[in-house]
Amino acid sequence: MTDRGTTLEGTPNPEAPNPQLPIVQKLRLRYAKRGRLRFTSHRDFGRAFERAIRRAGLPIGHSSGFSPHPKISYANAAPTGAASEAEYLEIGLTRVCDPAEVQAALDASLPPGLDIVDVVVAEPGALADLLEASRWSIALPEADVASLQVAAEAFLAAETVTVERMTKRGLRDIDVRGAVVSLTVEAGCETPAVSAVVRTMVPTVRPDDVVGALRAHGAVVAGVPVSTRAAQGPLVDGVVGDPLRT
Amino acid sequence: MSVESLFPRLEPLLPSVSKPIQYVGGELNATVKDWDSVAVRWALMYPDAYEVGLPNQGVQILYEILNEQDWILAERTYAVFPDMEAVLREHGISQFTVDAHRPIGAFDVLGVSFSTELGYTNLLTALDLAGIPLHSTDRTDDHPIVLVGGHASFNPEPVADFIDAAVLGDGEEIVLAISDLIREFREEGSPGGRDELLRRLAASGGVYVPKFYDVDYDDAGFIEAIMPNRAGVPERVAKHTLMDLDAWPYPRNPLVPLAETVHERFSVEIFRGCTRGCRFCQAGMITRPVRERSLQGIGKMIDNGLAKTGLDEVGLLSLSSADHSEIGEIATQLADRYDGTNTSLSLPSTRVDAFNITLANEFSRNGRRSGLTFAPEGGSERLRRVINKMVSEDDLIRTVAAAYSHGWRQVKLYFMCGLPTETDEDVMQIGALAKRVIDTGREVSGRKDIRCTVSIGGFVPKPHTPFQWAGQLGHEATDERLRKLRESVQSDKKYGRAIGFRYHDGKPGTVEGLLSRGDRRVGRIIEAVWRDGGRFDGWSEHFSYDRWATMAEQALADEPVDLDWYTTRERGADEILPWDHLDSGLDKDWLWEDWQDALADDPVEIEDCRWTPCFDCGVCPAMDTDIQMGPTGQKLIPLSVV
Repeated sequence: MTDRGTTLEGTPNPEAPNPQLPIVQKLRLRYAKRGRLRFTSHRDFGRAFERAIRRAGLPIGHSSGFSPHPKISYANAAPTGAASEAEYLEIGLTRVCDPAEVQAALDASLPPGLDIVDVVVAEPGALADLLEASRWSIALPEADVASLQVAAEAFLAAETVTVERMTKRGLRDIDVRGAVVSLTVEAGCETPAVSAVVRTMVPTVRPDDVVGALRAHGAVVAGVPVSTRAAQGPLVDGVVGDPLRT
Repeated sequence: MSVESLFPRLEPLLPSVSKPIQYVGGELNATVKDWDSVAVRWALMYPDAYEVGLPNQGVQILYEILNEQDWILAERTYAVFPDMEAVLREHGISQFTVDAHRPIGAFDVLGVSFSTELGYTNLLTALDLAGIPLHSTDRTDDHPIVLVGGHASFNPEPVADFIDAAVLGDGEEIVLAISDLIREFREEGSPGGRDELLRRLAASGGVYVPKFYDVDYDDAGFIEAIMPNRAGVPERVAKHTLMDLDAWPYPRNPLVPLAETVHERFSVEIFRGCTRGCRFCQAGMITRPVRERSLQGIGKMIDNGLAKTGLDEVGLLSLSSADHSEIGEIATQLADRYDGTNTSLSLPSTRVDAFNITLANEFSRNGRRSGLTFAPEGGSERLRRVINKMVSEDDLIRTVAAAYSHGWRQVKLYFMCGLPTETDEDVMQIGALAKRVIDTGREVSGRKDIRCTVSIGGFVPKPHTPFQWAGQLGHEATDERLRKLRESVQSDKKYGRAIGFRYHDGKPGTVEGLLSRGDRRVGRIIEAVWRDGGRFDGWSEHFSYDRWATMAEQALADEPVDLDWYTTRERGADEILPWDHLDSGLDKDWLWEDWQDALADDPVEIEDCRWTPCFDCGVCPAMDTDIQMGPTGQKLIPLSVV
């Protein structure tokens, strides 16, 4: 389940053990991770989703071979602990289905908190290529708003702002500023929050990195931040669009 | 008085602990009930991590049976990892259930399922985090009844100080009987408080309450007597046996976790009990007689379970699944039914002599073809006679040859080391056998990429088995014997990496042995180990032998007994064993005779009473039970078309 590694392409090989039916339809799905189920990891979601497909009885395609795998392709998953309104994946079906019916059936089969928000027939091109940026809403309980605003100004004025993070390849410096398209402090609500549009990059700049960068510029954040991905898709004039309905 | 959810306090802390998903609940098919709508409330604990505990069939079955009653609620709790324990302590948050995040101290009963003795320290963590006194004698009317079940409860003496009660055997019916008794007691206004409730449970005959029994020791440290100290309490407490499995098709609404767990399959218990008579096997001894689920009953459970879970693998569970009287029909008919659905079937426990290729082919027809696993247990034929698991080497070779010639590349073989009468020579034959397996595989398949993995566990003598009198092999001797075996296998370049060798050191086995056959004095060691930081003893990264050894020495300093006395010492015929007042139905004289048959120069084998006459182990007459088995000659009921 690598971000871009799985594809739905490939002709079934009738010589292989367990030959499978060909894929005749590809659907793209938008799903949300809400409430306490924001703690599901990418792998947790993958298992839950595969089971939901089977419970819903969808004609999912499989790879051939001794260990057939369902044809599901994930893109750019949110980190464990972050909520999301805009996660995307693609599935390959062996029979043409009505997207609205697929949405209803899958949503009913998933636990509340993992919700299917939209389903469309896939357009040509790779789904991952459409996910250019994300808009994050980061709630910062017990944060000092004045210090947040000062930090945000300093952050935006800087050319580069690097934070250190442990990745699979070891400790890396990540330029947060370079990935952030815009950043605003929402002071009006009960809980202070930051809204940020962040470009999709490798390695990914996470909402935690944005908070880390603001802290480095003097923001006082006492509570535990809760991030929600509000949107993900093509970046047009600084605004994150809908990748399923371009 | 309603009990509030601890989740709002937990939620901000979850990002800082490992695998937070294990603490949030919300599994598919989980049940949350209104606290005030019921009369009796159970917290069910599996005292290991969520990923191990969630798939446990026993807990899932009882959870469902209890929640089916509108006057009972049941929630689940699992051992929290040490990082979470530290967080809970720092913030003063109780051990909680994952269903509604209620503190476990608020429930009427804390029911704990002990599959293994190595979970004992985790029970103490949970009690302590919940503010429940560790010792039953310190608890008041405000605390839950701490009740244990599971295989380890056939000798709960090492935890006798920490528990209020224990139940032996199948839990399905007794949990409802206990709930009834508690409800009645409450309706009467709880006369006499906690002590009276426990007395009523004990007097019912189905529940063991340790504090109503005195254990006396002689000067040498041997048990002199175990006697009830309360009127109306039975001298021996009997196990429970569920008859007619088809009438109990649980789990009916299996839990589907979000977190990854150790078993990602839907399991159906195709029969309970085993009468093969392997002398080391506690499970086979304490779960008699065999009670089969029918072919149609199995089919219905699988249909329902797959529909409700969306899982793609079915495990046919039992102690020896290929022994079901209709296993061939089950395999063929299920493979037909799920043809083309990418649903795989697995037989987790198969005897070499009950296995055949037709069966294996059916089981891999619709899905993954995993390796084949067999458990000869003993390396030499002589030793296999001692343990009464008679499989001839030629049979084994014939079976693996068939498997390799039908496309399997990998065979796993399980053995034990430290069995009674075992010598170095017996163990060295494991290596010879593995080499013969590889030679045969290469010959019949014409390929070089044949593998055989040899997995070896240290033998731990268990209560209620013919080997309950055996001296356990010390961990140094075990390690030494296996070092020689490994050397002889690996020095032969012809086999290179074709033979894999899996073995963990013998030290955990010694501690398991102490806890398995221990008496009440062992409780002091458990508490000292826990106070010193002992947690998750079944996990090699947490287990510390030195801590157990040191604490055993300190805790037993004033006693005439020590760690060796509990583990490596062979017991005599007349010795009163700590579990003698707990009745598994097995006749102690029969067990002794079987032990002597094992030790004979020419060890005596016994057959299986499913296909030969009764050999008088004593269970059926003592428990008023009988073998229930097919064949039924039924066909699977066709699935309704969606």
